[in-house]
Amino acid sequence: MNQVYDVIIIGAGVVGSAVAREFARYRLKVGVLEKELDVCCETSGRNSGVLHGGFTYKTGSLKAKCSVEGNAEFDQVAAELDVPFKRTGKVVVGFTEDDMQSLLRFKAVGDANGVPGLEIIDKGRLAELDSSAGGEFAMYSPSSGILNPFIYTVALAENAKQNGVDFYFGNEVLSVQRKNEIYEIATGESFYKARWVVNCAGLNSAKISSMLGIDGYTIGGFKGEYFVLDKKVGKYLNMPVYPAPGSNGGFATHATPTVDGNVLIGPDSTLVADFEDYGVTPAALKGLIVDGAKMFNHVKREHFIRNFSGIRPKLIDKETKQVLDFVVESRSEAPNVINLVGIESPGITSALPLARRTVALFKDQERLIPNEKFNPRRQGILCFAKQSDAIKKELIEQDPNYGEIICRCETVTKAEILQAIHNCLGVTTVTGIKNRTRAMMGRCQGGYCETRIVQLLQQELHKQETDIVYSRSGSEMFTGKVRI
Amino acid sequence: MTIMNKEVVIIGGGPAGLAAAVELRKKGIQEIVILEREKQLGGILRQCIHDGFGLTRFKQTLSGPEYSQRFIDLVKKLHIEYVTDATVIEITSMKKVIAASKDGLLEYRAKAVVLAMGCRERTRGAISIPGTRPAGIYNAGVAQSYINLHNTMVGKDVVILGSGDIGMIMARRMTLEGAKVKAVFEVQPYPSGLPRNIEQCLNDYGIPLYLSHTITKIKGNARLEGITVSQVDENMNPIIGTEKDYDCDTLILSVGLIPENELSLACGVKLDSRTKGAIVDENYQTSVAGVFAAGNVLQVHDLLDFVSLEAEGLADSVAEYIQQGELTDCPIDIVTDNAISHTIPQKISGKKDFTLSLRVRKPFKNCHIDVMQSDTVIRTVLLKKAIPAQMIQVKLKETDIKTLDNIKVVVR
Repeated sequence: MNQVYDVIIIGAGVVGSAVAREFARYRLKVGVLEKELDVCCETSGRNSGVLHGGFTYKTGSLKAKCSVEGNAEFDQVAAELDVPFKRTGKVVVGFTEDDMQSLLRFKAVGDANGVPGLEIIDKGRLAELDSSAGGEFAMYSPSSGILNPFIYTVALAENAKQNGVDFYFGNEVLSVQRKNEIYEIATGESFYKARWVVNCAGLNSAKISSMLGIDGYTIGGFKGEYFVLDKKVGKYLNMPVYPAPGSNGGFATHATPTVDGNVLIGPDSTLVADFEDYGVTPAALKGLIVDGAKMFNHVKREHFIRNFSGIRPKLIDKETKQVLDFVVESRSEAPNVINLVGIESPGITSALPLARRTVALFKDQERLIPNEKFNPRRQGILCFAKQSDAIKKELIEQDPNYGEIICRCETVTKAEILQAIHNCLGVTTVTGIKNRTRAMMGRCQGGYCETRIVQLLQQELHKQETDIVYSRSGSEMFTGKVRI
Repeated sequence: MTIMNKEVVIIGGGPAGLAAAVELRKKGIQEIVILEREKQLGGILRQCIHDGFGLTRFKQTLSGPEYSQRFIDLVKKLHIEYVTDATVIEITSMKKVIAASKDGLLEYRAKAVVLAMGCRERTRGAISIPGTRPAGIYNAGVAQSYINLHNTMVGKDVVILGSGDIGMIMARRMTLEGAKVKAVFEVQPYPSGLPRNIEQCLNDYGIPLYLSHTITKIKGNARLEGITVSQVDENMNPIIGTEKDYDCDTLILSVGLIPENELSLACGVKLDSRTKGAIVDENYQTSVAGVFAAGNVLQVHDLLDFVSLEAEGLADSVAEYIQQGELTDCPIDIVTDNAISHTIPQKISGKKDFTLSLRVRKPFKNCHIDVMQSDTVIRTVLLKKAIPAQMIQVKLKETDIKTLDNIKVVVR
């Protein structure tokens, strides 16, 4: 590719997508390179979907500042980008005197960080807030909330794309060279040229950082496993319920409602060397049942519809083995590079604040001209299932595809699937459709609708059976026709 | 929205719905509509191109489409109204039924509603199989649909988990289409499908069945690369040291069926935690008056023929309900011991003959099923063998029921 981009962003997770959107506010040619076939395939799509309050992180740290800032602006962000979001509040529950001490410490940190409204509450108030939560007392954080991490990332990326950013999926960065002040980036697919490079590579951020000339970072992959519970029990949980942190300061298994009405149980935390090790293990799942039941009293096997795991890229101090703060930097040894390393939880809450800091580092060195045509608003796919009968009727009248239910469990219509396929960002994988529409996310996990979704992908994108990909490169679903 | 009044709205145009409709019309019920979400009637039978259906009902062995066509022909001949491409999205306790279709939202008011939505397959997530989530893992029914209805081949080197009937039928089907089926693994110490399928689908093709085995790992990040299986002990826990690896690109799951009752729940129908279907009385009436259930939505059947027979039995009661406005009260509960997984019905009046269907939890040899009231055995059935895969039916007469005491069913 001969075009020279002003900025190339490596990684289309929530942070890469947010950075792309923030750069789109200016007159710049921006491209995003992503090794997977869609946005948020790794850390950004594999988490609890919690908008954090910001009470966990060391006062003055980027983690604290960005999460408080990101939390405060999220009502506006959610409205602008049309993403489902609920400011549910959150409780961190305790059982023992030690737990109480730990909650008091957290409250003090949270107050110092500027987290609004934190209070220690007794069992009675806890029961009022959430009758199915475990715990004898709790710290209540009213500003915490829940969001759909897929839809949020998709929304940021779509909005960036609407405003002129180019996305290249299936493009893993293999090498970077700088010649005559231009970075040449080789991916398995093509070559890209850019004046600036932004590293938003998440789990691979240390690797990309080295390629860009900044060595010395160590990322630890902390894997967490989850259960997804049926919507049947969603009504029993009003807000995330976390246990008081243990002596290591980390939160163990919690129970979190999702904006779509399910409940997540998890994550635990184990260190993994392989950053693609998304397998779930019997031991971890067993542990989740025991620990999850302490937080939420409806953890029963009959409600399990799925399990998954995610990996948090923690930046580790080589000597002390301590987990370090987010890094957003621009260094002289790597000119025109903005390096984001170790962005883990609270990465979703912090994505836009981190993106603004990224743009600010660019602005330190170059003049930015606003893009007058920038439109911050993005329209999501209207969820048919959540509409009144009158609106449903109207929708079908306008477009009969609303009358064709593709996913029975989640009542997702053909119109919604078609909108996902024909969106400007596009989607080519079966899981991409799932993450955008909720089709296949219900209790039958695609038993009814997967064949229909495959058929629509084939029809609309003019693909053969053998071209249909489940999630990643190489995940072809079919070997061909049964009979020619 | 135009509201359409019907005597009976039947949800589902599969074997249960079709049989109920035909029988209702024969009983003189005029205003019937069948609502079907697929483009054609026939339900899951459309993809069941193997034979073996109809032996009990028609004394002939038919394929799924042949079997359902007999009922579809009758539905057409009797001018029973049906709407295809219409997915019911709501049923209320007042028997309002709303369906989405390309022609708009359809709203029906019914005197009686018949639930005949069938069942769905238990998934990987429900049984928490460990490992990664690559492409190449299919539920048996989904694979059957790809192969038989969409002319799409799902893979070449196959391992099957679960000895359910559809899994075994798919073992044969995929073998016939050139795939290599390496083995079937079953976590229970006994098969969960019918003996005839073990013979005709596995033994005839040399496909080994390993009992007391489960999958302890799934490998592959993009497409499935292999699995690890382990033997399990009597508590179903994998035995360390028994791991064995199999390379495969396809895993077929046949790990159980669950009645599809989401609409029923939303309308207030009480479910039995064992069958996952409605709690019904001898009239197949659910806990919501005028809402009836039959077929696989009520209890997962072993043979299709019994689905039709159950739906026809339901039609008698629905016709009676419409003509009389109510049915006899059913105050007698039927309870079981631990060896029996469930019974249908769960409640009776004591004033009618009825057939009790039940399943045993584990295999028995030379046993008898005793139906008791206040410690008195009122009916007993001797069986040479009883296996969980097979439904057992016990006919009871009105005259057998002497009091209003609960009935207890035990196996000894």
